[in-house]
Amino acid sequence: MPETKTRFSYREAVRDAMSQAMRRDSDVFVMGQDIAEHGGSQKVTLGMLEEFGPDRVRNAPISEMALTGAGIGAAMLGMRPIVEIMYEDFLTLAMEQLVNHAAKERYMSGGQLKVPLTVRTQGGAGWSSAAQHGQQTEGWFVGVPGLKVVYPSTPRDARGLLWSSIYDDNCVVFFEHVQLYNQREELPEELEPIPLGKARIARAGEDVTVVATGPLVPEALAAAEQAEQDGISVEVVDPRTLQPLDEEAILESVRKTSRCVVAHEAVRRMGFGAEVAALVQEKAFDWLDAPVERVGACFSPLPFAPSLERACIPRREQVYAAIKRTVGSE
Amino acid sequence: MTELDFMTSPQSGELGRFLQQMLLIRYFEQQVEERYRDAEIPGFVHVAIGQEAVAVGACAALAPGDVITSTHRSHAHALAKGTPARAVMAELYGKVEGCSRGRGGSMHLYDVERGNLGSSAVVGGALGIATGAALSFSLRSEPRVALAFFGDGATASGLFHESMNLAQLWKLPVVFLCENNRWAESTPLAQHSPITDLTQRAQAFGMTALEVDGQDVEAVYRATAEALAHARSAAGPVFLLAETYRLAPHNVGDQQEYRDKEEYELTRATQDPIAKLRERLALSDERFDELEREAEAAVADAVDFARHGTDPDPQTLLEDVYA
Ligand SMILES: Cc1ncc(C[n+]2csc(CCOP(=O)(O)OP(=O)(O)O)c2C)c(N)n1
Ligand SMILES: [Mg+2]
Repeated sequence: MPETKTRFSYREAVRDAMSQAMRRDSDVFVMGQDIAEHGGSQKVTLGMLEEFGPDRVRNAPISEMALTGAGIGAAMLGMRPIVEIMYEDFLTLAMEQLVNHAAKERYMSGGQLKVPLTVRTQGGAGWSSAAQHGQQTEGWFVGVPGLKVVYPSTPRDARGLLWSSIYDDNCVVFFEHVQLYNQREELPEELEPIPLGKARIARAGEDVTVVATGPLVPEALAAAEQAEQDGISVEVVDPRTLQPLDEEAILESVRKTSRCVVAHEAVRRMGFGAEVAALVQEKAFDWLDAPVERVGACFSPLPFAPSLERACIPRREQVYAAIKRTVGSE
Repeated sequence: MTELDFMTSPQSGELGRFLQQMLLIRYFEQQVEERYRDAEIPGFVHVAIGQEAVAVGACAALAPGDVITSTHRSHAHALAKGTPARAVMAELYGKVEGCSRGRGGSMHLYDVERGNLGSSAVVGGALGIATGAALSFSLRSEPRVALAFFGDGATASGLFHESMNLAQLWKLPVVFLCENNRWAESTPLAQHSPITDLTQRAQAFGMTALEVDGQDVEAVYRATAEALAHARSAAGPVFLLAETYRLAPHNVGDQQEYRDKEEYELTRATQDPIAKLRERLALSDERFDELEREAEAAVADAVDFARHGTDPDPQTLLEDVYA
């Protein structure tokens, strides 16, 4: 029998993972601001209230800290809550609970507790949302032992990874990017779970490895097309899970290509890319033919004016330029 | 009441058990102070001398299946919730036999099997967790209650207000038990709270509030039972204010230069919950001595157990970072 496939947007893929888990499992529920009738600020939960009711699609007050804490508490009692934080900028308000509690309860209790909580959030630049609604904050969480950090760039990954995040026994901070919500992909009705900690080779190539996350994955793919015109073959690796990181996949690719570019939308300085660069020089130094290039946002609050925002945020041009630098032909 | 009475009649027998637990906690805390000063216990420690009646009365009122969260001043809560003194002491010594396998220490005592979800050393930090535990009871229609211990100082924290708001909004079965010992470290209530009657905190959320003399273990027991019944009946959370006294420094080593010496000595002389219960039970000196020796022996045994405990193997360092 031919598999039925449907075109899912990234937004629908996220919704589908939550809905499928909630159909199957009464311990899964979601809470967040404006997620009921309104469907959330990005309409990700639209329609879920009708199916699951207000107890399991819980509209919540503007209390990021207590919501996250309540998610942790319910998770400690064996439920699998999903907390939606409207913008990742507001994770700052939940940070104490995530860093001091969600990440540490298991360790501090000597293994007595589990915190199977998923904190979903979204954000990102490209629409003049300014300094408090568009910054990329995943780099603040990858350095916290006990937390997992997931950042999908396609509908398929979003659905499969969110499912695995919900069913992971650790707290997962799950980043979605506002510019990706309308990306579409054909997916089978049946959900394919994708294990956490496994990278995806988004494009195979021989000359340069680009390790890219979130919106920089499609941007890197576009840059790779352009580089191909110049005779440069680019491999794009999407880690998908930033913590734990699939180090082997990155190293294997770099050992093949001998050149590496790291690209993310978050600030370049002190960013996630610095860790990848360090990893590559520690474990693949002998294979490298050029310094590792890093692509990221400038070190400033995200500006409002479109001209400034464009100047701050990396897109395909910056990735392309970095690729060219690694092959010594800029 | 005769001595025999208190061991046999059910209600006063309960009080006798409370006294034994309070004595155990008192001797435990005194030993902690000494062992800490002798540098046997690493880190830093906060003892609950003066607040024993709150922990014992409240935990006695809990039903099996109810859970607690605790604070940096956690030993009394853990002991009252039934964790053996050996396991608590061993944790303070950082031993594998400790109730958190040596990963937590004084400020992070856990005993999930006995319903202790753990203590947060971030002031107020566990209030969301208690609220979430209650949310799980509500969603699963389980007749269980979460009780959160916290101090007066925590009522100034953002999470306290957010959690109270959320719990009342969603009518969650949680009891917020505030131990008002009138101090947040060196800061007196008047310098951290614009109100002296902390039940007004609850009024802002339309939450039921109860107030109790925290030096009277029987009163604490009854008030907690009432609060639990209210929460368990799905009538919503309760803010339970226990007025109590910290009859010790904030942490061992604190010189309390901020505290009036005379007032402190007077409070110690007049507000000891153990002395009050002893008087109430009209115990003879012999009987009381006997109970003291029992508590002392149990604590000595716990210290001995902890001293002979196993240091965690560095090979296990990364265990339980992730599940
Ligand atoms: C968020 C936070 N800020 C500051 C501290 C340092 N600190 C530890 S205990 C304490 C006082 C807490 O007072 P209270 O809540 O009344 O509890 P008590 O010590 O009286 O039992 C402070 C300020 C902390 N642990 N956490
Ligand atoms: Mg206090």
